[in-house]
Amino acid sequence: MTAPTGAQLTGAHLAGAPSTGTQLAGAMPTPVDPMRSRPFRVLAHHQDTDDTVTLRLEPADGVPLRFEAGQYTMLGALGIGEVPISISGDPHAPQLLQHTIRDVGGVTHALVHARPGALLDVRGPYGAGWSALDGAGGDVVLVAGGIGLAPLRPALLDVIAHRERFGRVVVLYGTRSPADVLFTGELEAWRAADVEVAVTVDYGPPGYAGRVGLVTALIPRAGFDPGRTLALVCGPEVMMRFAAAALVARGVAADRVRLSMERNMKCGVGLCGHCQLRELFICVDGPVLTYARIESLMQVRQL
Amino acid sequence: MQTIDALLAEQPFFAGLDAPALALIAGCARNVHVGAGEHLFREGEAADTFYLLRRGRVALEVHDPRGGTLVVDTADEGDVVGWSWLVPPYRWLFDARAVTGISAVAFDGVCLRGKCDDDPTIGYALMQRVTHVMLQRLQAARIRLLNLYGRP
Repeated sequence: MTAPTGAQLTGAHLAGAPSTGTQLAGAMPTPVDPMRSRPFRVLAHHQDTDDTVTLRLEPADGVPLRFEAGQYTMLGALGIGEVPISISGDPHAPQLLQHTIRDVGGVTHALVHARPGALLDVRGPYGAGWSALDGAGGDVVLVAGGIGLAPLRPALLDVIAHRERFGRVVVLYGTRSPADVLFTGELEAWRAADVEVAVTVDYGPPGYAGRVGLVTALIPRAGFDPGRTLALVCGPEVMMRFAAAALVARGVAADRVRLSMERNMKCGVGLCGHCQLRELFICVDGPVLTYARIESLMQVRQL
Repeated sequence: MQTIDALLAEQPFFAGLDAPALALIAGCARNVHVGAGEHLFREGEAADTFYLLRRGRVALEVHDPRGGTLVVDTADEGDVVGWSWLVPPYRWLFDARAVTGISAVAFDGVCLRGKCDDDPTIGYALMQRVTHVMLQRLQAARIRLLNLYGRP
């Protein structure tokens, strides 16, 4: 397939190649027809929280889906529909496709109920990723809100795979309650890899000994050097706006703060315009964008 | 052993205050240690102290007869706890419980109010700092009210 003239995309986008040009550990995306889905089989279904599930999938045709941390796929339930879901797996283990999905609508409801053996349709991977290795030589801080930890997980695994190239690595994670904490089984492994992990919740049950409060409150006190920090932020847009502002107030340059924007991606390849944010097509220009690039757009109402 | 003046000078909360002002404020302060599980104060009691945490975690709690004691906020190293000492009727609105053992600088509210009245310049400087903390907590509470992570 060739790029249609006049469309806001390039051949690189169609091939699913990283638009940032950053190479990530040999994880070059698989060149496939971007509009064609492939069947993937559910290998494992893990209930993370009462409404969130992690699926591990393998390609029915045996061809691994190589991806960059921060990219998403169009994940489809046969006969129901497809939705953009960020990949939450390890970019260094592309033979296993992992998605962490929250039950929020018709399609996601079907997806979270896909049992082992079920076949799902997968298109992609699409979009510009985190390119976390741009932070090598300095500190990296990942700020996650709620389900936003899932798209950040591949970036963290990428950083951990090259841990010696980074200074301090900090995860600041805010979520609703202790019962909503994702990847609970992994937090200790991250800490063992010399990652500082701070969790804060909106609602603390009786006797809770952890932090209660907003994730942005962790930013002024977290141990990173703002002048040499790359910040990756993912969560609800209101939370990202406040988190980005707190990072900039701390002294992180706006072009070193990257956010993963969520819009209604439909085609995934910059054709249909469903996910347009003024001059940006979030599906190909994003989902990861710098705060410097989108700060002014985030201030525009109803955009 | 570090003097309280020197301790205060290191705290971001007091950043920008000159040495005479810090000395004046330190005159109302003492070092305290509170064991894990003990209360710094309880709802309804006279609010005569505020705390600057040097180590450990404090939970602000509200008792709910239906659901036990709920944690509404926590404070960690470098945070201040309590502002009911500043405004009438000087009564605590929440419980403050030491989640871990804590070390803090405790300020006598009556003493501090007296010094603020005597020297409004210091009073204003202190009020600005307390207001800054209150504003941050209020903004955080408002955003939490949006229940951003809840069901859409």
